[in-house]
Amino acid sequence: MKLKYILPIVFITLFATSCSTDDDSPATVNEVEGLTKIQELVNDTHTIEMFNKTGQFKTGYNAVSIRIKDNTSNLYVENASLSCMPMMQMPTMQHSCPNSNIIKGLGKDTVYEGYIVYQMTNTDGSGWSLTIDYTIDNVAYSVAGTITVLQSDNQNVTSFMASDGGRYIITLIEPTAPKIAINNLKVGLFKMETMMSFPVVENYTITLDPRMPGMGNHSSPNNTDLNYNIADKMYHGNLSLTMTGYWVLNLKLLDAQDNVLKGEDVTTEHTQSSLYLELEF
Amino acid sequence: MKKLIIISVSLLFSGLMFAQEEENTIKKDTTKLDEIIVVGRRKLSHYRQEKTLSSIDEFLEKSNKITMIKRGNYAWEPSVNNMNSERLNVTIDGMQIFGACTDKMDPITSYVDVSNLEKVSVGSGQDGAENGHCVGGGIDLQLPSSKFFDSGLKSSVDLGFETNGNYKTGGLDIEYSGNRFYINTDGIYRKSDNYDAGGNKEVLYSQFEKYNISLQTGYKLNDQQSIDANVIYDRATDVGYPALPMDVSLAEALIASLSHKYQNDSTFVKSLETKLYFNTVTHIMDDSKRPDVPIRMDMPGWSDTYGFYSKVLVNEQKHALTFNLNGFYNRSLAEMTMYPNDPNQPAMFMYTWPDIRTFYTGFYAKDALSLNANETISASLRVGFHKNRIAQEVGLESLQIFYPEIGDSKSRFLTSFSTDYQLKKEHFDVTLGLGYGERAPSVSEGYGFFLFNSFDNYDYIGNPTLKNEKAIEGNMKVNYHKNKFHIGIESSYFHLIDYIIGEIDESLSPMTIGANGVRVYNALSHATIFDVYLNSSYQLTKEFSMNGTVGYNYGKGSNNEPLPLIKPLSYLAEFNYSTAKFNAAIQLEGNGNQSQYSSFYGEDETPSYAVLNLNLGNLFYINQNKVVLKYGVENVLDTQYSTYADWNNIPRQGRNFYVNLSYIIQ
Repeated sequence: MKLKYILPIVFITLFATSCSTDDDSPATVNEVEGLTKIQELVNDTHTIEMFNKTGQFKTGYNAVSIRIKDNTSNLYVENASLSCMPMMQMPTMQHSCPNSNIIKGLGKDTVYEGYIVYQMTNTDGSGWSLTIDYTIDNVAYSVAGTITVLQSDNQNVTSFMASDGGRYIITLIEPTAPKIAINNLKVGLFKMETMMSFPVVENYTITLDPRMPGMGNHSSPNNTDLNYNIADKMYHGNLSLTMTGYWVLNLKLLDAQDNVLKGEDVTTEHTQSSLYLELEF
Repeated sequence: MKKLIIISVSLLFSGLMFAQEEENTIKKDTTKLDEIIVVGRRKLSHYRQEKTLSSIDEFLEKSNKITMIKRGNYAWEPSVNNMNSERLNVTIDGMQIFGACTDKMDPITSYVDVSNLEKVSVGSGQDGAENGHCVGGGIDLQLPSSKFFDSGLKSSVDLGFETNGNYKTGGLDIEYSGNRFYINTDGIYRKSDNYDAGGNKEVLYSQFEKYNISLQTGYKLNDQQSIDANVIYDRATDVGYPALPMDVSLAEALIASLSHKYQNDSTFVKSLETKLYFNTVTHIMDDSKRPDVPIRMDMPGWSDTYGFYSKVLVNEQKHALTFNLNGFYNRSLAEMTMYPNDPNQPAMFMYTWPDIRTFYTGFYAKDALSLNANETISASLRVGFHKNRIAQEVGLESLQIFYPEIGDSKSRFLTSFSTDYQLKKEHFDVTLGLGYGERAPSVSEGYGFFLFNSFDNYDYIGNPTLKNEKAIEGNMKVNYHKNKFHIGIESSYFHLIDYIIGEIDESLSPMTIGANGVRVYNALSHATIFDVYLNSSYQLTKEFSMNGTVGYNYGKGSNNEPLPLIKPLSYLAEFNYSTAKFNAAIQLEGNGNQSQYSSFYGEDETPSYAVLNLNLGNLFYINQNKVVLKYGVENVLDTQYSTYADWNNIPRQGRNFYVNLSYIIQ
């Protein structure tokens, strides 16, 4: 019977204790928690630290987080504006690749975020270099260095010539962790205007037909075509994966007038579209 | 609701002042089962001779009401009133147990052996609803009742050999029976190579090997109360399925129960039996013995069930009342891993039964009221709560590919009731019955994920949004007997509403290589199943008798297509000679042409067939020990045939000589 009275007291005590915050010291929040450093680029004044989940640049879509450390004060710079220019040195020419503006991360003080889409690399990971131009308090700085870009196992990016004569690059962004479910598929589409300019292509449509070549090239139900999203400037659709394994995402690129620019329907004779991405889980 | 079960169990246990009547203490002196009792008291074993060591499957096949669907030489699937697995309620002594194979390669009947059982009770239609909901009927494989015989130590040895398939069987049974304590243990081992169809054509992948051991023991607390425990372990390995693209490397079950019985003739409650049970089934399909498959795959499955029941019998004046409160919790999980021929590609994996938890609790009541010496009227009711839950997030998400709107669980209420009237006169008896039953979709029907059916060559997708399947049933039975002549007619009619069956979905792409397409479980608005059997027998002399049966079945859906697996015209004729020490029988058994086959559901027309069997038996004593010898020839004419119930028309056994020997040491 006493328990009836004791229990509430015990609970109240427990709640009271758990609600109080013992840790009142100012948090030194690690803004790159969960990320791994890829590389540092150093000049006389600053050290540029680059991070992502894996700690490696690989072909395809690479989200990148950057911090700028002042070499004298060892403090991270919070008011810089940055831009980057990746460059691939080929035997006879050089070219860049699609990349975004690098802006301050949401809710972050010291971390700047953006992405780079490496469409190719040399087998030993060499060839790419990265230049980062940045301005702090109206003073312009620059840092450059070679970087290593490894080849991804699957085709998660492809660059192709379309029937309109233009050269495009398409890259898989999400799902990063595919599952047996309807996944959100996010794809980036860029046009190669020049060797150095790769703007995002807007308002096209990408049709989707995922297949498993290892299992009779079967498809899956309730996929949707990819449409352009103004907010993040990427293409979104539903990708249903009925089992784990190796999937080929057969695509067709349609312009705003629904003309097919690249890719074909999958049939029993034609088992794979010429425009496709690969996925494995 | 789980609490409800726990509370009811503890209540029943704590208030154990009731008990159980020791109904039938039929002694089991060989591994031979005593009889199949069709509820309605028509004994069926009489119509055929048996092998003492026949498997449960062979044994059930002798029943008029039961047809066995065959995918090979092992683990046949019983069908009652042309309805199988999911439409039946198959239990082992009231215990729910569910196979772990997504392709129905392990019906419950394959996890017990004749040595475990005393009798099999078959209820047609709603007569089978005592232990659970069904529409087609119920099969209860009954374990032996308590054996407080005070007969001391007894043992028996069984040996069997059959020429076709080089089929060897061995069994051993040891029993000690005292006044207050008994213990019985038995084991049986079976091994068969590939059998030959008629014309010495070997049927590849029809081999099997299994053993089964069981232990039953009981202790009498006092004159009214006793405790019984039963454990069965059954393990089959290397089982071939010639009709399917895969075999089974392991089918294993552990079935355990503990029961308390109370009986008292002088109290209001005549008996009360409470049983707690659990069983676990592991089933592993593999194709490693098949030389040529489009892709290698592994398909293991698991099914665990925990449950209880409490059964009360009350006899009060003209009423005979039965109450049964039961509940179970089942976990069904099956998965599939496929290994691509390109070694650079990773293995492909999916859950075919995405960890489905089924929870059921229900209550059954039956009253049989004798109006007068000749007339009995009875009514029964079962109500239950049934809930499915998808326990794995992966499973839910994979089903949401097809059904984006579904949640992880689904609850249903199930109701069944039936009533019948029985009139018995000197020369005839009549039984008329009406019933209504509901069933929940099975795990495969509700949640199966790309289950390949080699019968119609389609992949099947479950449908969690299915409604309950309902059956309105009418049945009638009339028997007339005069002197040594007997004739009877027995018929059932089922009007099924929301009949669950796979419907082709053209928009879906099959997963299995070579499959014709995908069917999604859906419901026909209604379907009709009808069967009628005419039985007759005549006792020529004291030793000579003859009997015959003709049956006709019909099934059609609301889409005007015949239903699959409906038995064509069937017949059986038998001549018996029987004395106390010797018996002989010759049988002619056959089916007519399957004219009403269902091409829509993947059937082809099965031609008519007839086979002739010859069975002989001797009974004699050596030093007071009984010896039962059974021998004979099956399919004497070595006919090459298959029946409508043979999956993918695999041919049945050709000529087979067999001999079974049972030696009972008293």
